[in-house]
Amino acid sequence: MNPAREENPTLLDGFRDGYSVHLDKFDGPLDLLLHLIRKNEVDICDIPIADITRQYLDYIKLMKVLNLDVAGDFLLMASTLLHIKSRMLLPPDDEEESEEEEGDPRAELVRRLLEYQQYKEAGMVIGARALLGREVFTRACPDPALSAARTEEGPLEVSLFELVDAFRALLARIPKESFHDVAPGDSLNIADCINEILSLLQDRDTLQFDELIKDELTSERVIVTFLALLELCRLKLIRIFQNGEYGAIWFIPAVAPEQAGSAGEAVQSPV
Amino acid sequence: MSLPAIIESIIFAADAALSLDRLCEMLPEYERGDIKTALTELAEFHEGRGGGFGLVEVAGGWQFRTHPVLQEYVVRHIKAKTAKFSQSALETLAIIAYRQPLTRAEVEHLRGVDCGGVLKSLLEKKLVKILGKKDIPGRPLIYGTSKEFLEVFGLKDLKSLPTLREIQALDETPQFERQEELPLEPDQAPPVDSSLLFDDPE
Repeated sequence: MNPAREENPTLLDGFRDGYSVHLDKFDGPLDLLLHLIRKNEVDICDIPIADITRQYLDYIKLMKVLNLDVAGDFLLMASTLLHIKSRMLLPPDDEEESEEEEGDPRAELVRRLLEYQQYKEAGMVIGARALLGREVFTRACPDPALSAARTEEGPLEVSLFELVDAFRALLARIPKESFHDVAPGDSLNIADCINEILSLLQDRDTLQFDELIKDELTSERVIVTFLALLELCRLKLIRIFQNGEYGAIWFIPAVAPEQAGSAGEAVQSPV
Repeated sequence: MSLPAIIESIIFAADAALSLDRLCEMLPEYERGDIKTALTELAEFHEGRGGGFGLVEVAGGWQFRTHPVLQEYVVRHIKAKTAKFSQSALETLAIIAYRQPLTRAEVEHLRGVDCGGVLKSLLEKKLVKILGKKDIPGRPLIYGTSKEFLEVFGLKDLKSLPTLREIQALDETPQFERQEELPLEPDQAPPVDSSLLFDDPE
């Protein structure tokens, strides 16, 4: 007889016998503990720590046998359980008791379990709702992200995050071999690039991100253009828009054309 | 034309939910109270009609939405774009919804497990947003639920989430599957102290 099997008949039984075990996926140590408490039909406020701890450790063993990653959080809870058990075995320390402890070393764990259970159930209640774009559909925009981002009117404003994304997508498009180009001195600088963008914006109302670098697709050009755009944003000379999710990114002057001209000249000093 | 018909046409043609404020702005010739009543009447009319869609209030706006029981027919033409949420995602969302604003460390303490990945994907789906930084050492980010969260889950506002006490009473048999069960008109809800409106829904 396998001693390990005798020790923990509940969980490893099925596994050792070679048939597949239904292994519930637990979302964390608290989830597992709740499962064990429910399975053993014990009162959550009066947990038989020794029993539950043994089953908890069995489960961790099983996870290891199945080559599942045992997250540190599970091990932390195991040590917490063992700590609680050892404190329950030891006679209460007179000094310590008079100072703080209300008696039951399990109290803190029980409180956390009850709290977790509440949110777990709240999660299930929320999850049972009909989801937009899955069970429920709106008339015009079935994509919730899109309809949500669309405000009262007009294009949506782009966050810095999306701008950086666009920049990275561009960098990825640059042909590989151009990485080895020797930089031809300081042919490009941000101030020049800013003035270039501003003069382009004087003739036209809108400008597309791709347009700015389409003639010269080198990493240097893309980076300088990007820095220039960031600087323009910081100086509040342009505003950035996106047509829709994953759409093209557009720039529009944030000020009237005549003001933009004078402001453009002033840019050179801070850069 | 009657006011309900006017409002119905505006909401029908709009591509996003319209708030009462926006409707009042568009219809200066009508009283706010009348518009409110008309919205309730419309919602009741559509509910009583037993049709394929109804007028619902989500995230502070009014919108036509198909009835959830008709999902299997609607998806024959329109592809469902929202995936079911995992248990960990729902738990994390619930914690953030009920306890916001809070930091990642606070979420992790409640769940007893690392939440970095879940939180990141919720942020990417825009269900959760960063509200700012907490004024404690390390200045950790604080999180809250977004307007998109209310829209995706069909909630009028955070207060229309069932309270944790109600959930405990339900004990594992969620019965909040039909959004029609939500009070559709704020006036019908029990009177609340308006100063509490933006507080924790708990």
